[in-house]
Amino acid sequence: MTAVVSPTVAEPALAQSTGGRADGVLRLLVRSKSGLAGLIVVVLIIGMTIFAPLFVDEHNPVHADNRWAGPSGDHWLGTDHAGKDVLKQVVLGGRTILYVGFFAAFITLAIAVVFGSLAAYYRGKLDSALLQLTDVVMTVPAVVLLAVVGAFFGLTSPTMLALLLGVITWPVLMRSIRAQVLSLKEREFVEAARLQDLGSMRIIFVEIVPNMAGYILINFIIAVTNAMYALVGLYVLGLAPLAGANWGIMIHQAWTYGAIYLPEGRAFILAPVCAIALFQLGLVMLTRALEETFNPRLSRG
Amino acid sequence: MSTTASGVEAAAKPEAPAGLARRIWHNYVLRRVLRSLFVIWVVTTAMFFMLRLLPGNPVDTFIAQQIRGGSTYESAAATAANLFTFDPETPLIQQYFDYLWALLHGDLGNSLDPGTTVMEQIAASLPWTIFSVGYALLIAIGLGLLLGLVMAYRRGGFLDHSISMVGSTLHAIPNYLFAIIVVVFGGVQLGLFNVSETRGTHTAGVEPGFNFTFIADAFYHASIPVTVYVLTTFGTWALVMKASTITTLEEDYVTVARARGLSGRRIGTQYVGRNAVLPMVAQIATQGGFVFGSAIFVELILKYDGVSAELYAAVNDRDYATVQGILLIMTIVIVFANLLAEIVNSMLDPRIRESESGAVG
Repeated sequence: MTAVVSPTVAEPALAQSTGGRADGVLRLLVRSKSGLAGLIVVVLIIGMTIFAPLFVDEHNPVHADNRWAGPSGDHWLGTDHAGKDVLKQVVLGGRTILYVGFFAAFITLAIAVVFGSLAAYYRGKLDSALLQLTDVVMTVPAVVLLAVVGAFFGLTSPTMLALLLGVITWPVLMRSIRAQVLSLKEREFVEAARLQDLGSMRIIFVEIVPNMAGYILINFIIAVTNAMYALVGLYVLGLAPLAGANWGIMIHQAWTYGAIYLPEGRAFILAPVCAIALFQLGLVMLTRALEETFNPRLSRG
Repeated sequence: MSTTASGVEAAAKPEAPAGLARRIWHNYVLRRVLRSLFVIWVVTTAMFFMLRLLPGNPVDTFIAQQIRGGSTYESAAATAANLFTFDPETPLIQQYFDYLWALLHGDLGNSLDPGTTVMEQIAASLPWTIFSVGYALLIAIGLGLLLGLVMAYRRGGFLDHSISMVGSTLHAIPNYLFAIIVVVFGGVQLGLFNVSETRGTHTAGVEPGFNFTFIADAFYHASIPVTVYVLTTFGTWALVMKASTITTLEEDYVTVARARGLSGRRIGTQYVGRNAVLPMVAQIATQGGFVFGSAIFVELILKYDGVSAELYAAVNDRDYATVQGILLIMTIVIVFANLLAEIVNSMLDPRIRESESGAVG
């Protein structure tokens, strides 16, 4: 019985805070030109990363006699310091970075939502303890800690990197989720759910959290950009394991082999830089448009 | 006369007995300071035990390496003890207190570089990072304030759109990639600056001191990193300032000020600007901390020998005492930057102090 009642209780609040259903969001998003452009860029790069291995041969042989070749018919973006095709590396080089970016963002978000909503709902000792924890974790600069831990404890798997990133970067988001829940829990639908004796866990995660869906989505995308920022930085500095080829490692190699001073090597350094910058830019334009959609007061400005 | 009109000034001089307000104010600062010290202590402790206790910790790894290299466990442990400045004979808890005690005396241990202490290394590199990051923050915030104010006044205009576009585009590009682009295009391709000449913090041979040659040289060398920091952050400041200015413009006291016929300039600086700055102060600490932390990427790309570059070298050399010391100092710098921002914020907006004074710190 409660299962039937609760959605209708949550309904008006949902419509109010997210401005309609998913198709409405999509329609509004399409109306914003930069948001649409961002969405297309992001989808194209993700699509390239997922589907390229099906069409492109991953074998990228070393040609010692064909190093630093400029763009040509055979190698559209030229070759690198070992004579390997640059275009192939760029097309195939997004996998680790996107995987770690999205996985780390997911962990950040999961921790932030669980801690943030529990702290705001229960208040009291739990709240102050968790806030104190955010104080401590926020203090140590994330990228620096990551660099040190990564180098000392020898992080070899991307999954471990993502886990670590997620564990370090949740506090900022946790605080804003907490603030959201603090205001949401005063609404009538929460009162109604309490009167029905639905149980705290159910009220928090079934009634309150879905009301922040738009907010959570935006912050998920922001978390992806932050995770990618830290991760690519580690690769560029050579602090993350330099196995295989991805955009970060390409930049690292281009930088250490002095590609900046070679006109023929310019494609090798600029192609991965552009790939990352474009993807980040796409994500940021997407969040801007989503923010305007979920919070119409902004678009007025 | 003007004190009664301006919201900030009126609120800053509460009508309550001055003695009581003073006590609360002092308590607020005291509470913040204690909390900051507590955070520093927690981070120190966590770092100490992380280095000793976690599986694969540097001490065990180092000893294992030495044994593999042919030395006995005893001599390996002795070398490690010397390196990490601890006495393996004493229990861990005693080592911990020894470490804290040394720390209180400003002793961070010895670097792997023979004859230098960690403190000396930090003293040689940290000022450069604080100088370049602080200088960049100052410019970026000033620029952001000004642009944000103009954008809010000319909402929807050409300037508003173009600054939003440029600012958010530059912000989206990671600052170290932007540094690469600046070097490749600005330095090598267009020859706008001399890449090898601007490297480092100051030209070799120029004696650090309070003279024009040195100061000009320091600014010259900082110009590229500062440009990168400023261009990648000013957009965020401008957007924050714009948003808070728009909110402030709708306040009743601004309408009243307009109705009183005050000049536009006076309203802009005294009424709108001052109040719109409030939300920015809170952001300065987090943003400043972020720029400070991410300086590691920019400093290495641009070969600017600040504290992050020092840290990177220490990580590569497995110079643990230095790494631990630098992490700790960075934490302390960020904690105190936060503390400063909180105190400044509470001075600007007494409501923060008052709402906190009832709660337990």
